[in-house]
Amino acid sequence: MTLELADLLRELGPQVLGVLVRRGNDFAAAEDAVQEALVEAVRRWPEGRPDDPKAWLVTVAGRKLIDEQRSAIARARREERVEREPAPGPTEQADDTLLLLSRCCHPALSAASAVALTLRAVGGLSTAQIAQAFLVPEATMAQRISRAKRTVSGQRFDQPGDVTAVLRVLYLVFNEGFTGSVDLADEAIRLTRQLSAATDDPEVEGLLALMLLHHARRSARRTSSGGVVPLAEQDRTRWDTAMIAEGVDVLQAALARDRLGEYQVQAAIAALHDDAATAEETDWVQVVEWYDELLRIAPGPPVLLNRAVAVGAADGPLAGLRALESVAPDVPRRDAAAAWLHERAGAREEAARLYAVAAQKATNAAERDHLTRQAARLRSTS
Amino acid sequence: MAKYLLLKHYRRTVGPEPVPGCDAPMDQWAPEEITAHIQFMRDWADDMAARGEYVDGQALEPRGTFVRYDGEGRPPVTDGPFPETKELIAGWMVIDVDSDERAYEAAASLSAAPGQGGRPIHEWIEVRPFYGEPPVVTE
Repeated sequence: MTLELADLLRELGPQVLGVLVRRGNDFAAAEDAVQEALVEAVRRWPEGRPDDPKAWLVTVAGRKLIDEQRSAIARARREERVEREPAPGPTEQADDTLLLLSRCCHPALSAASAVALTLRAVGGLSTAQIAQAFLVPEATMAQRISRAKRTVSGQRFDQPGDVTAVLRVLYLVFNEGFTGSVDLADEAIRLTRQLSAATDDPEVEGLLALMLLHHARRSARRTSSGGVVPLAEQDRTRWDTAMIAEGVDVLQAALARDRLGEYQVQAAIAALHDDAATAEETDWVQVVEWYDELLRIAPGPPVLLNRAVAVGAADGPLAGLRALESVAPDVPRRDAAAAWLHERAGAREEAARLYAVAAQKATNAAERDHLTRQAARLRSTS
Repeated sequence: MAKYLLLKHYRRTVGPEPVPGCDAPMDQWAPEEITAHIQFMRDWADDMAARGEYVDGQALEPRGTFVRYDGEGRPPVTDGPFPETKELIAGWMVIDVDSDERAYEAAASLSAAPGQGGRPIHEWIEVRPFYGEPPVVTE
């Protein structure tokens, strides 16, 4: 199969699935039928591609579905219904994207299942690619996906659900930093773009902006050997300025609609960082104001913690440490934040101790190594 | 989603005391009890795979050898094997699950493997989380 054909099928597969699901077909059965139709396309299209590839796939998948249903349940009416259905227009296609995404991110699914099903049914990735991205055997991923399909197959589902659950899953795909050969951050951005074309919620644009404004820093975020480079130490000439510009545009359009939400606020904070040519030039006072906003909209311990760091940068480390007092001791990364503030306040020994504690509590090796080095740096020069 | 290593300690000197009455060595069990125990382990792995949570697992030979570097150009130094050490890891499994709670639930179900008289052995399973990847959004 040529790359061009593979890309085309990957793009069309989810669209065809959307059409079948919107017509009220069972989700799991429709997904199977689409896979079979794609296999048939791979076999037949190299000899001559149909004029309307999508319509071809809808017809073939619809026929597979009917064959399947015929052997199982009442046949004649369903067949008529599918064949009488008109071809979808552009608006319907946008609705299909939202319908599919809300199905794949159904609250009955665990986060991991929702992520896997989304990448498969909407992202059009193969089970092998998803398995590789999450470093699990392909058989395990196949089971995870078919289980998820069964879970959401129970009820008829022709109304798009809550977009909040979809945004949470897309954020997860973007944020978890998986390491396989498929770039899941790119994939998350692609899906969020699709969703933003299909909905009218400024939080979708907020999430898209947040992703773009962070993804722009990707080549400065890690050393060549995989070590983490904190924001303040990143080589900002390596940031993707075109992507930042797009993120800022998307964010401004969202903010102009005056329906603020947590993703828009997080994107605004990322934009302020992206806007500073050096870490010292960051407008920390505005960053703190946005954290105050975030505390109103979506309060939580991580927000309090990040706010304390921003306060430390804006008003000095002692103010930051005072702000940190309201953060519970067991909040992840609290020790690292405290270490940073103590070092800036001149308490090197306490900072070294806290960095070592933070290293012990880190949940990934890259951060652990970074924090251990911070403790070592302070101890070797004191 | 995070990966966890489940360690089956056959013998150990650290950690909690074994549950009384459940620590008879396997060679004192009836043959069909051993068969049932092994079948339980297989079924457990199949069930975890069917849930989309199984990554890998292996049983280990009891013999273990300590090995270390001894300088440039020198052969490795070995000590052992120590067939009768007090520490013995009999096997391990890697699972990929949503939370600590789910990892504990899976480990507990493994610990319910039948032993003498078909009763659960209540074996302590050590659960060790893998390091993950750093998140992208931290500010």
